[in-house]
Amino acid sequence: MIGFATPRRGWIFLLPVGLFAALVAGFYGGLGLDTMVLPSPLIDKPAPHFTLPPLYEGRQGFSTADLSGHVSLVNTFASWCAPCRAEHPVLNALAGTKRVPIYGIDYKDKPPAAQAWIAELGDPYTKIGADDGRIGIEWGVYGVPETFIVDRQGRIRYKHVGPLTEADVNATILPLVARLDK
Amino acid sequence: MIRLLLAAGALAAIIGATEPAYAVRPDEMLADPALEARAEQVGHGLRCLVCRNQSIEDSEADLAHDLRLLVRRRIAAGDSNAEVVAYLRSRYGDYVLLRPPFEISTALLWGGPALILLLGGAAVARLYRRGGEAQTAPLSPDERRRLATVLGDGDAP
Repeated sequence: MIGFATPRRGWIFLLPVGLFAALVAGFYGGLGLDTMVLPSPLIDKPAPHFTLPPLYEGRQGFSTADLSGHVSLVNTFASWCAPCRAEHPVLNALAGTKRVPIYGIDYKDKPPAAQAWIAELGDPYTKIGADDGRIGIEWGVYGVPETFIVDRQGRIRYKHVGPLTEADVNATILPLVARLDK
Repeated sequence: MIRLLLAAGALAAIIGATEPAYAVRPDEMLADPALEARAEQVGHGLRCLVCRNQSIEDSEADLAHDLRLLVRRRIAAGDSNAEVVAYLRSRYGDYVLLRPPFEISTALLWGGPALILLLGGAAVARLYRRGGEAQTAPLSPDERRRLATVLGDGDAP
């Protein structure tokens, strides 16, 4: 009989139990994480270089040059996107405060559908560019709506994935805009 | 019985007639087979950000389609495979790579299994080594006397 368990070393058999408890705690903590939201590597990087044609013929398009000299909000949306519809009143209200210009990227949309959508829900956008999907990739977009805050130097400072709510605007967007505007 | 056989035959015919689903549409492919092979190789390593557990080559998602076109456009324009991957990594982060790179933040991920094997092996080795050593305390004079009695030699008290 090999002398395995000597009473003195009893504590070592608690080690697996402790490790298991730590694992359970880790997994439990992970349960609350939103796995749909991915961290963007573009934060604190200059906004991508792009030029988008206008959604409305005869108006100006939207390009990188629009984003320097002032803080801006860039919102990707589409008329086929249901969460965008939920978000739209929040954008209208934000535009009403005149605290920050909102630029729209109409993502993989049919222009007539998008124009009808804007006509129905209101237009909070300073400029709207129509994107066939390529510029969305430049911005690292993987699901509309996504919203970016760009500082005066044209750097992306914040990204919000999913529809903005009034609470998001009050707790995060407006304070950050105020801070960057100083 | 005949009806059953017929049904089985029909089922087999249906299964045989269906082809495996490829997400890559023929019109997406590059004309040059060598370039197309490279694009596929790159694409199989890139995660579809919508469905998360498929590569862009396997996914039917719209974004995967766009990313496949982008990979092919860049390869046709002369980018190396690494340049294409680096571009997408700069847009979507490490998550776009189906095979996570070895970095400080992923060291535990890659090294974890080896580490656990090493620790476990060391623990087992230690237990066995200690088991081999004599751990019993020497007999006291009293015990020695009793042992001698049991064994029946020496002078019994």
